[in-house]
Amino acid sequence: MENPQRSRSVTAVDGAMALIIILLITQVWLLSATLNALLAGHRDAAIPGAIASGLLFAACLTLYRFVVRLERPK
Amino acid sequence: MKSSNDPLWREEFSIRKSEERYVSRRQLTKFLTLTSLGMFVGNLWVVAKSRIRDTISYPAKWIARAGEIPVGGVKLFEYPAPGEQCLLIRTGADEYVAYSQKCTHLSCAVYYSEKRNRLECPCHQGYFSVRDGSVLAGPPPRPLPRVVLERKGADLIAIRMQDQPEA
Repeated sequence: MENPQRSRSVTAVDGAMALIIILLITQVWLLSATLNALLAGHRDAAIPGAIASGLLFAACLTLYRFVVRLERPK
Repeated sequence: MKSSNDPLWREEFSIRKSEERYVSRRQLTKFLTLTSLGMFVGNLWVVAKSRIRDTISYPAKWIARAGEIPVGGVKLFEYPAPGEQCLLIRTGADEYVAYSQKCTHLSCAVYYSEKRNRLECPCHQGYFSVRDGSVLAGPPPRPLPRVVLERKGADLIAIRMQDQPEA
């Protein structure tokens, strides 16, 4: 039988993972959009794109640290 | 952790299904975070690439003599570097345009169709306007890069690509 505490942790990990996947899809779109803009000669989009991607990565890292903290023994 | 109700084989085979699932999810989260880092590095590469492109200088290169090709005719040349194929097209008695020959979709070589007066990519039916290189139809996401020409007497000289700002 599963430990209820562990079951709640798994649910939290699932939630964090779903959020990371959404952020990752946004990052993929952002990278392809900025690269496409660069190749079309619009270089202004490169820096805002990198800043937004950095923020999304920071959010992913925060969620990952949350997942690691969840499984740390108390 | 071992409990008193656990059978003996549990001690030998200590992997629990729920814990295994938990660990694999944590590992997937780690993998996704590393992929996110990869995307961020990709964006930084785009920034670096945009900075490097600022410093590229295009050489002036003699392409052809005016009147060398007939109206509707085409001459191939390499610009700005060897291996970068471009097309010079004579669209009128005194009108010349030049574009990179590389399709912006998947880099197939485009050709000029005099009959339809457009540039065509045979790979995926991408069509470009001969007037300004814009996409008329098909999958190409961007216009064809245009080579800016300068006329010096009877000589046609390529001076830069169009997305390069004026010096």
